[in-house]
Amino acid sequence: MIPDDRSLTERGLPLEAHQGRVLLLACGALAHEILTLKRMNGWDHLDLTCLPANLHLWPDRIPAAVEAAVLEHRDAYAQVFVVYADCGTGGLLLQKCKDLGVEMVEGPHCYSFFEGNDAFAKLADDEFSAFYLTDFLVRQFDAFVWRPMGLDRHPELRDMYFGNYTKLVYQAQTNDAGLDAKAEDCARRLGLAYERRFTGYGDLATTLARL
Amino acid sequence: MADDEIILSELSDDELVLQMHDDLYDGLKEEIEESVNILLERKWTPYDVLTKALVAGMTIVGYDFRDGILFVPEVLLAANAMKAGMFILKPLLAETGAPRMGKMVIGTVKGDIHDIGKNLVAMMMEGAGFEVRDLGINNSVEKYLAALEEDQPDILGMSALLTTTMPYMKVVIDTLKEKGLREEYIVLVGGAPLNEEFGKAIGADAYCRDAAVAVETAKQYMLRKHNAVAG
Repeated sequence: MIPDDRSLTERGLPLEAHQGRVLLLACGALAHEILTLKRMNGWDHLDLTCLPANLHLWPDRIPAAVEAAVLEHRDAYAQVFVVYADCGTGGLLLQKCKDLGVEMVEGPHCYSFFEGNDAFAKLADDEFSAFYLTDFLVRQFDAFVWRPMGLDRHPELRDMYFGNYTKLVYQAQTNDAGLDAKAEDCARRLGLAYERRFTGYGDLATTLARL
Repeated sequence: MADDEIILSELSDDELVLQMHDDLYDGLKEEIEESVNILLERKWTPYDVLTKALVAGMTIVGYDFRDGILFVPEVLLAANAMKAGMFILKPLLAETGAPRMGKMVIGTVKGDIHDIGKNLVAMMMEGAGFEVRDLGINNSVEKYLAALEEDQPDILGMSALLTTTMPYMKVVIDTLKEKGLREEYIVLVGGAPLNEEFGKAIGADAYCRDAAVAVETAKQYMLRKHNAVAG
């Protein structure tokens, strides 16, 4: 059973049982999506373990955390695949994966690979003032955005953070009216225009399908 | 009034400066404004108020941010308080001819709208005596070049928060090289996804991990520049 979002944020997802030949070492923010893809496609050869999603609050800690997990699990699997994009590590995660001899998802961040890296790059010139949320981030908006930025205690800081943004784009992986309404409320709280765009799983699905 | 409430005007100069460090740390804008005015009334020079009270206090904030004791929201509140104090001092500093360390043009690169770190650097550089022209966000190479030509600064500062936008710094530096201008400027770069290796790889003079490091690095390079001229 998948843990709740709070556990995925703070503790990640432990490896439950060794069944497949490939281990997906993923960000906790992707656990729901990966498990859905596994179920939909019958990818029983893929096992999943996740690091805490809140590592994104300190991206410089991601490479070391990934390294520790790869070293912990690699002997038990034919392949370990890292389901992170660059995620603000400035190329250090890619270098770490190369050093470890493991592959990872292409792209700068999950907003890009959910949209599709090529499509996201094409949008960059017109959309660089957009603030993105995924399904997970809409559900965890307070834990990932509102509280870490101190907006619960100091709402007056909002425009220092978001004054240059023009809109919030909710990249929906699923069709869920409740999430849509919550995302719109997030936009309102941030003082931004709202746009919902259904992306599905984008390059995440095609990347995992190759394993 | 609570018994333990501090009356700023009743503190000695030394006590008041220490209190200002505390108030900056706690992001107390109005208290900082009041204390700045008290020191000015006591005939402190604007330069001394800036350096001994505000910059010294903000430096403590910077160290505690670096060490993971303070986080971005607290730093922003402290910066707001310091900005309020500087707003009072700035016109007075211009009148009293405070020492000038050098001139900097700074901006966030093209395609990037993030300016919190860049604004902190600009403020701390001003506090350290640099004249700063802030180009704001989303700057093309043409905008940087125009500002460099117009202002003839000693230092060019570039900031980026995104992995996707940080390579643009190299575009700017390469253009400076092509035009034979690279050696005219000290180029400092910074931003969350950057690191020292990236700074070296793109041909910047230095990567600065935070505002305090930016100020110290800028001072060191200015000293080298002066020594080179003197030599």
